[in-house]
Order: sequence, then C-alpha cells, then structure tokens
Amino acid sequence: MFDFVSFIPRAIMQGIPLLCGSTGETLTEKSGNLNLGIPGIMYVGAISGVMGAFFYEQAVGPANISPFLAIAIPLLCCMLGSFLMGLLYCFLTVSLRANQNVTGLALTTFGVGFGNFFGGSLIKLSGSDVPAIVLSATSSYFRRTLPFASTTGWFGKIFLSYGFLAYLAVILSLVAAYILKRTRVGLHLRAVGESPNTADAAGINVGRYKYVATCTGSMIAGLGGLYYIMDYTSGIWSSDAFGDRGWLAIALVIFTVWRPNVGVLASFLFGGLYILHMYIPSGMNLAIKELYKMIPYVVTIVVLVISSLRNKRENQPPASLGLAFFREER
Amino acid sequence: MNNKAHNPLFHVSRRAALPWYRAWGIRAAALLIALLACALITNLITGLNPLAVYATIWQGSFGSARRAWVLFQNIAMLLCVSLAITPAFRMRCWNLGGDGQMLIGCLATTACMILLGGKLPNWVVILCMLVSSILAGAIWAAIPAIFKAKWNTNETLFTLMMNYVATQLVAYYIIIWEVPKGAGKIGIINQSTQAGWLPQIGSYKYLLNIIVVALVCVAMYVYLNYSKHGYEIAVVGESERTARYVGIKVERVIVRTMLLSGAVCGLAGMLLVGGTEHTLTTTITSGRGFTAVMVSWLAKFNPIWMVLTSFLLVFLERGAGQIATSFGLSSSYADILTGLILFFIIGSEFFINYQINFRHAAGKED
Repeated sequence: MFDFVSFIPRAIMQGIPLLCGSTGETLTEKSGNLNLGIPGIMYVGAISGVMGAFFYEQAVGPANISPFLAIAIPLLCCMLGSFLMGLLYCFLTVSLRANQNVTGLALTTFGVGFGNFFGGSLIKLSGSDVPAIVLSATSSYFRRTLPFASTTGWFGKIFLSYGFLAYLAVILSLVAAYILKRTRVGLHLRAVGESPNTADAAGINVGRYKYVATCTGSMIAGLGGLYYIMDYTSGIWSSDAFGDRGWLAIALVIFTVWRPNVGVLASFLFGGLYILHMYIPSGMNLAIKELYKMIPYVVTIVVLVISSLRNKRENQPPASLGLAFFREER
Repeated sequence: MNNKAHNPLFHVSRRAALPWYRAWGIRAAALLIALLACALITNLITGLNPLAVYATIWQGSFGSARRAWVLFQNIAMLLCVSLAITPAFRMRCWNLGGDGQMLIGCLATTACMILLGGKLPNWVVILCMLVSSILAGAIWAAIPAIFKAKWNTNETLFTLMMNYVATQLVAYYIIIWEVPKGAGKIGIINQSTQAGWLPQIGSYKYLLNIIVVALVCVAMYVYLNYSKHGYEIAVVGESERTARYVGIKVERVIVRTMLLSGAVCGLAGMLLVGGTEHTLTTTITSGRGFTAVMVSWLAKFNPIWMVLTSFLLVFLERGAGQIATSFGLSSSYADILTGLILFFIIGSEFFINYQINFRHAAGKED
C-alpha cells in the first residue's frame, strides 16, 4: 500500500521552495519582467540566510541563542540578499532596458556562483570534516512545528508538521493572488504587464510598479531558498544542493497560468512528482529510477503543450512579457 | 515646453545608430571597468594586488602549452554551441536547450562507440557517430520547434525542460553501460582499442576539434549573412507578420532553423565525446548551453565576433579557476567574476542605444 502519510508531508516540503519561487516569479511576470534569474536569486537568498545564521551562531555560541534573533537574522539577511539581486535585475532591465533573458541568465550564473563560493568559504571557516555547513541550532527554530502536530496522528502529520516558513509561503501566495485579482494595485500591476503604454497613459508609474513587483517577487523567491536550507535539509548547506528547483519554479508559473492560488496545490503536486521516484517500487533496478526522475519535467512539458493547445484568452502570459518599456517608443 | 510641470533632471532618448567603432569602444570601456571591478574584489578576498590578479588569470590560460591547448579546446566547444543556437536567436526563438541537445548528441555518440566499436571498421563507426549525433540533436530541437510553430508553445521553457529530460536519459544509460557494474560511471570508452575515437592530427589532441569548429564558424557566417535561408531567418526575427506578408512560410522557417540549431549542438556533443573526453557523464556539457546564450548575445549574434566573446568568457573562467586553486577558494569564483563582467557589458548596451540628456543641456538647445 502506498504510504500517503509519509509521502504527502515530504511532497509538501519539496513543494514549498517551488511555491515561493513561482509566487515570486508570477508577481514579476505580471509586471512584464521575465526574470530567468530566479534560480540564482534563490541561491543568494539561501546563502545570505545561512551566512547570517552562521555568523550569529559563531558569535554567541550555539548554547545561548535567542529564539527571536535566530529566526530574525537569517530571515532579514535572506530578504536583503534577494532584494539586492532583484534590484540589480530591475536596474539593468527597467532603467537600462537590457535584454531580460540575457540579464536573467547572467543573474543565475552569478547567483549560483555566489552561493557555492560563499558556501565553500564558510565550510572552510567552520573547519569541519564534511563538505557542508551544519546549522542545527538555528534550524531547530525554523523547524518548530505547530502544537498538537505529534499528538493528532495522521492529521497532525499532514497538516501541522511544518515549520512556520511553509505556512508563510502558502499565506504569501494567497495574499498575492488576492492582490492581483481583487485590488486596485493588482489591476494596475496587470495593466503594466499587459500594456505598459496604456498604463502609462492612465497615469500609472510603470517603472515603479516594475521595480516594486520584481523586488518583492525576488524576496519571496529568496525565502524559498531559505526554507529549503533551514527546514527541508535541517540547516545543512552543501554545494549545488538546491539543484534545478529554480527552473522548475519558473515552469510552475506557466503550469499555474499565472495564478498564485493555483500554485499552492500545483507546487505540492510538483513536490510529489519530484520525490515520486523514491516511492515507486523498482527493486534493484537503479537505472529505472533515473527515468522516474524525468517525470516532473515531462509533466511540465505536457502542461506547456496543453495550455498552448487550449489557447484560452485568460490563460495567456502578460502581453508585454519580456519587453522593455520606453515611453518615447510606440 | 510645459514649464509648470516638474522638469526632470535628465531624460533619456534613443540614439541614432552609432558608428560601429564607437559602439565597440563603449563595450570595451565597460569590459575594462568590469575587469577593474573584478581585480578589486579579488583583492578584497585574497589580498592579491590587482596586477598580480591579472598575471594569475593570464597564467591560468596561457601558463603552459597544455593550458593553452585546453583553453582553445574549451573555446572551440563553447563557440560550437554558441554558433548552434545563434540562428534560432536571430529568429527571436530563445533556444535554451543547447545543453540538452549537446548532451543527447554525446549520448548518441557514446552509444555508437559502445555498441558498434570493434564490430565495424573504425571509419564506419565514426560515420555512424557523426550521423546519429547530428540526428539526435536535431530531433531534440525539433520537438519544441514543431510545437512552437504549430501552437506557439513557449520554446524557452520547453527547451529548458528538454535539458533535464536529456540529463535523466543520460543518467539512465550510464547505469546500463556502467563499467565496472555498480560504479555509476562509464569510464574511458574503448581505452585499449580506441574504436570510435576521432583521429588525432599529429600529436595535437585538440587540433581536429578546433579546425572543425572554425569551419562551422565560417559556414554559419556565410549561411546567416549570404544565403536565402539566413535572410528569411532575419525577416522572421524582425517581424513575423512581415514575413507572412511577403510569403515566407514562418512555421517552416522555425522548424528548419531549430533543426539546424539542434544538429550543430549534436555535432558539438560528438566532438566532445569522440574527440576529447571519450566518456559520458551527466555534467559533461558543463552548462555550455547557457553560457552560449551570453556568448551569442554579447557578439550581437555575429559568428565572427563570437570567437572573441567566447574567448573572453573561457579566458576568464580558466583565469578565475587559477585564482581559485592557488588561493584554495571554491571554483565557483569563476562564475562570480563572469556574472560581474556580464552585468557591466549588459549595462553598457544602454549607452549604445540611448543617450542621456541632462536638464541644463536641454535648456541650451531650446
């Protein structure tokens, strides 16, 4: 019998970083910026948080860490790091009107390098034998679950057994969906993404909306990286651990047809697909496992194709996605 | 003009086309500033004085004959992938699948070497490798292309996902062909018989690859600039509607160009496995498909300039790698420097396409 009680929590934990990434990217894309730098931003977010936590743990010693600072410092560092990356992206693409694809790829190269470089340096600093940083003290605060999680059986395991960042990610995506769909700010933002010229004529400050949306999106995506390190891997950073989740998060945006609320379930589904290969019985045949790992990507492709086949008007990307806005050009 | 309204400090306007030497002057200046920034950062991290930084970078690339050959081999490989994706880019079709197409070419080559090596004459094996790798790469690119042409499926993400499908496929075959069983890797293929290894020219292991890529480079330049196909690609890239209006079959151009793109990527994979590596790993392409996007874009999609830009990126990567090894830093240091330099060059494009008019200057004109 398929073990759902252990599968679902793990799928959700895999899904949370994807959820953060795709919520952030949806906000960004709604403003007309296609930010392919998300994988890099998530790395930077993760390593900034790790650096904050590492130096804090080193400064006071693991024994007398205050719970508040242990959470606040990595969180702030993470937000700051990913905010700066978002700002850089905006400066290049909005102010300097550079090509978004190339800027995004450069940002990813830089971000992944930045993460692995400082990760590697910290590993040297901590002088440990294994090539990894272990922040179990800080991580224990991030992993603190809701009360009753252990006493309510399967219900607790499936719904209550996550760290606060997981709930925050879900709330953030629901809030983002609400803002996009129901508020004036969201309407303006969508206008900027669909037709910046029209938005500009209507008196909306196109540049400001693009900046705010992209930087906010980057910070949300960065949280995904932090969650992955602090909660999913129990505070262990090792090089390239984060893998290709950033790209999957971008694909998830299309999967969810630019709706963060759909993203909540979609990301859990993707998380499940991501770890499905561990749950499919394949005996001693290791090769087949490698083929099972293909599933999330193949599903993404199928979804891409289906959504383009159906070609519904409300399921299309923002019309000016990927284009720089220059007022004097019509 | 309206004096009551807030008068901004400066306003930006589009520049008329700059003469090419000024445009490249601006890019060169950006590169210089970027190199200064890199030296400064290296200085902060390692305490090495900036001149020594450049010396180390130079050392890492040209320090010995072997290093220089490795440098040129890496340039050739990167250039080959960049050339491959360029026709698609000229068409505004963002093929991020260079990595996967190359990898699948590697896989086809490996399959021929393992399954046919020793059973057929060597030249037949090599011919099989060539044909199968080109076909494999072409098919890998054709799948997204057909969907793009027929239903306008987003090719950026489709090709991106195809990379991972290719990676897993390679991982699958590595386990099937692993030597010895349970090692999880293939090792050097046909080490004793050298079946399916591309011939060496004299004692230079890398020369054949470099020559092939140079030929591809010239051919691509001619194809893009002096052939009917190249013209059609340019028209489709500028405006699909115009292309349709003048009777170009856009769908056909898209599929054909992507086929070409994938085929050259497959060829690159063949050169990599058959010519130098003689093995297969999931990371054998080392992200060249992504770096190629930047090489191609930096050179403004011009195959001849791409020689320069790919040289620049590989040179930096090897140089930064040298800094990293001699100071015991992580090898990701190269990525940071590459990223930094790219930011500067990407930013410099603004000053080529636009000009900033300050308020007082504008006032004088009026």
